[in-house]
Amino acid sequence: METHDVPQQPARRNFIKKTCAVFVGAVTGLVPAISGLIVFLDPLRRKSQDSDAVLVASLSSLPADGVPRKFSVIASHTDAWNRMPRVPVGAVYLRRIGDEQVQAFNVICPHAGCFVDYDLSKKSYHCPCHNSSFALDGRIADPKSPSPRGLDELDVDLRNGNEIWVKFQNFRAGDKEKIPA
Amino acid sequence: MDRLLNWRDRRTVYRRIIEYALYENIPGGARWRYIWGSTLVFCLSVQFITGLFLWMSYSPSSQTAWESVYYIQNEMTCGWLLRGIHHFTASVMNVLLVLHLMQVVIDGAYKAPREINFWLGLGLLLLVLALSLTGYLLPWDQKGYWATKVATNIMAIAPVVGPALQRLVIGGADYGHHTLTRFFALHAGVLPACVVVLLVWHIFLFRRHGITAKDPKRRPDEYFWPDQVLNDAVACLAVLAAVLFLVLRPWLFHTGEDLGAELAAPADPSETYSAARPEWYFLFLYEFLKYFRASHSLLGLSHEVWGAIVIPGVIMGIIFLMPIIGRWKLGHRFNVGLSFSLLGGVILLTYLAVTEDKRKPAFKAAVEEARRNAHRVKVLAESPSGIPREGAVTLLRNDPLTQGPKLFAKNCASCHRYDGRDGTGRQLQDPPEASDLNGFASREWLAGLLDPERIDSPHYFGGTKFKEGKMVKFVKKDVAGFSLEQKEQLKKVIAALSAEAELKSRRKLDQRDAALIAEGRTLIASEAMRCTECHQFHKPDEDATAPDLTGYGSRDWLIDFISNPAHARFYSKRNDRMPAFGQDKVLDDQAIGLIADWLRGDWYEPSPP
Repeated sequence: METHDVPQQPARRNFIKKTCAVFVGAVTGLVPAISGLIVFLDPLRRKSQDSDAVLVASLSSLPADGVPRKFSVIASHTDAWNRMPRVPVGAVYLRRIGDEQVQAFNVICPHAGCFVDYDLSKKSYHCPCHNSSFALDGRIADPKSPSPRGLDELDVDLRNGNEIWVKFQNFRAGDKEKIPA
Repeated sequence: MDRLLNWRDRRTVYRRIIEYALYENIPGGARWRYIWGSTLVFCLSVQFITGLFLWMSYSPSSQTAWESVYYIQNEMTCGWLLRGIHHFTASVMNVLLVLHLMQVVIDGAYKAPREINFWLGLGLLLLVLALSLTGYLLPWDQKGYWATKVATNIMAIAPVVGPALQRLVIGGADYGHHTLTRFFALHAGVLPACVVVLLVWHIFLFRRHGITAKDPKRRPDEYFWPDQVLNDAVACLAVLAAVLFLVLRPWLFHTGEDLGAELAAPADPSETYSAARPEWYFLFLYEFLKYFRASHSLLGLSHEVWGAIVIPGVIMGIIFLMPIIGRWKLGHRFNVGLSFSLLGGVILLTYLAVTEDKRKPAFKAAVEEARRNAHRVKVLAESPSGIPREGAVTLLRNDPLTQGPKLFAKNCASCHRYDGRDGTGRQLQDPPEASDLNGFASREWLAGLLDPERIDSPHYFGGTKFKEGKMVKFVKKDVAGFSLEQKEQLKKVIAALSAEAELKSRRKLDQRDAALIAEGRTLIASEAMRCTECHQFHKPDEDATAPDLTGYGSRDWLIDFISNPAHARFYSKRNDRMPAFGQDKVLDDQAIGLIADWLRGDWYEPSPP
């Protein structure tokens, strides 16, 4: 910076001018920033999509011995501006627990959201990420399992004798309680 | 407290930074004429902030760009405000840039030692123009798409490197995903980075050289803080107020337009868009180019190259040399004179461009159509089926209300009319040679057809060879002599025949008159009414010689009819000149379906709240 013949700083600062300058400057700068911030916070305002039960599989496609099978869930889905009538939105494990009863689990691990595998030899579900393991009925199998809760069971409805309808939902990971995401 | 501040100062030297920022000497004290640079820095900051937030919701690809901007504009809280501020600040910034440049030239602020800083400023001006140009395409709407196509095509006429440069900029031979990714990278990455470098340098040099004070000095010297800061803050507030005014203008004046920046219909290379114009601050270049013809050449270069590249380039070159020319007193006067002449020229060319468009009815119609399409696509995007993954462009392509009139005008209106016009609302010179299809198969339309006074008018069979046919004779002779009771029966016949079409607009009426319609059906089939002497109705009749009345005017009936009117079900050999649009592959199934849907008034309308 060049040296100037700088004037003496005024002994008594002009308080009103300074306050005005700061105030006007702040207002001017905040308007665009706040409008951006409101748009940024838009996702907090949106509710999660409420899903109806969807047809996932037929009862006859499940083995009678209660071994779970994995199925994709095809449902309507809204992704920001796109509305899609039939797309895969997730997957479930279905298993028979009697002639007329079916249990459904979301494949997502309640610990950190990884995709849980079913280990046929151990007859349990195993998460490849942090080694959570779950028994056939979805409960935590191992006391050392890092998952805070068992696999998320979903509501199942048997219709017309053979159709398995599942109310598919995702739940918040990492929580002891089953809270819809 | 002091100890804490000292502790902080030792680590951050904040006192020196504040001192450097605020205690700049202003010879002659704070003045309103020194505000322009600050307003420009303010505008750039606004663009950086709003641009960053827009970035978080924008998706650059040809199937998602328009869609994401639509979502920002119409679905996200205050998205219209954010986008509006970004858009109109760009406009305002271009005005401020010109004012700043004019002041620098008039005050001779480019003179030694400030030459390089002047050039940095010119560089910033060009960068802002490039930002405006690249930003205009990003919404991927019809307006930006066609206007930017012109700009990149002009780029291609540059000698030697033009075609290669164009390919590099648009990311291939034609517009697509990579055009958007490249334009977006330029708009949000490369150009802003260059702006930051040049701006920091520009401000640093400005502080180094000090302000170009205006003589005579009216007051003693002052610091930048607080007087000039207050002036600058008030000026920035005025700029913001102007921007907000432009954003809220539709609301303030009830213009019916959307708040904030306009979003035209999604880009569609197959749809003409005669309303395409560059953003207003580029209109002068657009107008200038009208005076140059590509077919003529001078010194081996086509006139177009002269108009689009050489002359603007030479002018930029002269502006660039202003600090050198301005070393002489006469040179400075030349610079000032040239600046005013250029500004006058720009204003004149812009004025000419605007007034020429205002005079042209075709342009007005194109703007009106663009507005209609923009509104319509919004209605469709808000419909329960929403925007498909293929992108919003398909919404208008598959919309009977949008495509029907155009297809009708192109393929049907050479003979038929729609409400006396060509379907798009254009009046035609020639008299109609076939029926007017507005309200086809409705009770009113059929009542006219069965009216002895109207059946042989140009509205129905007047222009066809059926003017002399059996149906006309039957109506003019037999129907004309109907008793009151028969006339009542005819009304039932009309209601029943119209119900065959299952028109969306008459659904309630048809439901209400179910009993009447049932009676009418019996009457059509009966011998008394004589319909089945020529027509068949819900019962195959090999001897039928006139169009089938089964499902008359329904979607399937219309599609079959348009596909081949000479089919045995319809006019057979007696068909009068109507082409077999489907069978002869004049139109594909989709187009025929769109015409049928449009004629039947069957398109999506939002249910009233």
